Amino acid sequence: MSDQNDIIESLVKKEYRYGFYTDVETETVPPGLNEDIIRLISHKKQEPEWLLEWRLKSYRQWITMKIPTWAKVKYQPIDFQSIVYYAAPKSRKEGPKSLDEVDPKLLETYEKLGIPLKEQERLAGVAVDAVFDSVSVATTFKEKLAEKGIIFCAFSEAVQKHPELVKKYLGSVVPYADNFYAALNSAVFSDGSFCYIPKGVRCPMELSTYFRINASSTGQFERTLIIADEGAYVSYLEGCTAPMRDENQLHAAVVELVALENAEIKYSTVQNWYPGDELGRGGIYNFVTKRGICKKNSKISWTQVETGSAITWKYPSVILQGDNSIGEFYSVAVTNNYQQADTGTKMIHIGKNTRSTIVSKGISAGHGQNSYRGLVKVAKSAINARNFSQCDSLLIGNKCGAHTFPYIEVKTPTANVEHEATTSKIGEDQIFYCNQRGVSTQDAINMIVNGFCKEVFRELPMEFAVEAQKLLGVSLEGSVG
Amino acid sequence: MNNRQTILEIKNLHAGIEGKKILKGLNLTIKAGEVHAIMGPNGSGKSTLSAVLAGKPEYEVTEGEVIYMGKNLFEMTPEERAKEGIFLAFQYPVEIPGVNCAYFLKSALNEVRKYRGMSELDAIEFLNLAKEKMKLLELPEDFLKRSVNEGFSGGEKKKNEIFQMIILEPTLAILDETDSGLDIDALRIVSDGINQMRKPDKAQLVITHYQRLLNYIVPDFVHVLANGQIIKSGGKELALELEERGYDWLTNGKG
Repeated sequence: MSDQNDIIESLVKKEYRYGFYTDVETETVPPGLNEDIIRLISHKKQEPEWLLEWRLKSYRQWITMKIPTWAKVKYQPIDFQSIVYYAAPKSRKEGPKSLDEVDPKLLETYEKLGIPLKEQERLAGVAVDAVFDSVSVATTFKEKLAEKGIIFCAFSEAVQKHPELVKKYLGSVVPYADNFYAALNSAVFSDGSFCYIPKGVRCPMELSTYFRINASSTGQFERTLIIADEGAYVSYLEGCTAPMRDENQLHAAVVELVALENAEIKYSTVQNWYPGDELGRGGIYNFVTKRGICKKNSKISWTQVETGSAITWKYPSVILQGDNSIGEFYSVAVTNNYQQADTGTKMIHIGKNTRSTIVSKGISAGHGQNSYRGLVKVAKSAINARNFSQCDSLLIGNKCGAHTFPYIEVKTPTANVEHEATTSKIGEDQIFYCNQRGVSTQDAINMIVNGFCKEVFRELPMEFAVEAQKLLGVSLEGSVG
Repeated sequence: MNNRQTILEIKNLHAGIEGKKILKGLNLTIKAGEVHAIMGPNGSGKSTLSAVLAGKPEYEVTEGEVIYMGKNLFEMTPEERAKEGIFLAFQYPVEIPGVNCAYFLKSALNEVRKYRGMSELDAIEFLNLAKEKMKLLELPEDFLKRSVNEGFSGGEKKKNEIFQMIILEPTLAILDETDSGLDIDALRIVSDGINQMRKPDKAQLVITHYQRLLNYIVPDFVHVLANGQIIKSGGKELALELEERGYDWLTNGKG
């Protein structure tokens, strides 16, 4: 038994493989937040007046709001005045027109991350929009997508080129006053991805964004807006990394999805922000608001694999407004060392015959704390609504914790809501069984954990599923129970 | 006969769990080509012996040594022992939800092959091998796709153990009460599988409660384990005698 504990102690160490820093000149604004900074950001981005007004309105709302404290996470208070709210890699006066114009050092960074944009452009499979600190660096496949009328570009570009769409949908799913971090994001968001799929178009490839925080003391506040017009389909992937730093960095993003009648949006995330070291120093605070709205007969599916960040606070949600609409949430959240995650979803049933499925897999190792928090709300109007929730927790070792906070509010007797929850521990017997067949303890844990997460991984697009499995292995390196 | 290689040599083995002494000076030598059966009453230490040989972490060895193929067994981790060719067919195989049999066994086989300097099998090579061996054990088509031992009947679990053994081709197979919970048909199939592995360069240690299994797997030697020691050894006829007379006449005599 003590042997086993020694193994736990000695192996609870892992290295963050994306912790490099790219030496590019960055252009930043002074730290802190006030109306002048917001004006400066807006000015730098040459935004129209209405957007500046919206930002200021958000800011004025934000200063009246309190930091939410209901989540089961503990951390030192954030000094919002010491954060730099805008950092951009300094480039030529004009933005890059093609990949050839992008700073080679940036491209090198992406290659280290395993997403060589040039290669991807050739391989033809995934269109990538890469967001580095606050600005969007390059978008691949733009022309090919344009042939189908698909718009996939940096958010700031969309503001310039498609203001009518941005104006119509920005804040329509996550209003600026929604919550503390959403209000902050609305005031200072710098860039992100924008995507519009026209009526009846099935997007022929996976769209993908890679986010990276590079500069120190910066927050990243990206904003993503995806609109699938009537009958459209899109699958969207999002990946994130950050360099290793001692201090905590804030990431407060907002993602809004709009699925119009008969449309379908599949949104997959692999979040691998720097989680802090084995003593819990440093790491990203990941406070994210993600929400989608479903019109009649439409479907939104969130799949997330959360392995990074010191703190994860996010609840990708679906408002099932239209009749017969479908919401899905598939999640794997891993907390190792001193990571904390409070994550789940909200399924708001409004339309008739709406259906939702929640599958949450929480894995805790080291001193990690993992909470599932979910709300299933069925309004009176949601006749025959159905929900199925399954929340499973897996513990590795004796110092971690798993918690489940399901909230269910049902206003119609015709609804059918099911909730299942399990908690299990990777047994020494399971590990020994694998050992006896020649499989090492680390491989055994990976195998058992991957087995545990199978239902979620199969929702991910193929390449992403492979990456997610590897990432899970890296995240749990050394966590033996 | 005597110049055959010694596979396992257990000398004065004392071992237990959580401070409780279970094995108290056990001696046993197994040579290549031999099948040894260990019988004995409940609590005599049969399962402790198999757990100690496989390296189960919670068991503690307090005295004695075990030499396996010329090497000190206790200097090897459980996975090294496995890769060196020791296989334990578990009495109670554990479930591994979400991990299918094909994936599990392919991983195990390739670990073993890598260790032995052989090339790893790809998915197709593995499937061909697995399908051929599945027939021997009359395993159903979908077997490889099912999660390891999850929802298996008692018989299926035991068949799965023997199936893994046949694929991994161990030098020393330890079968811990493999016959328990098997109906007569399953017993025959499992025994046929075990007999397949009876080869001049390999050995088997069959731990059982009942003589019944030994009608199918005919041992070269039968040992009676009682109170942590081997108190009597003999040929296959000893098993029949035990069947008839029980263990009392042996244990009482020794006190």
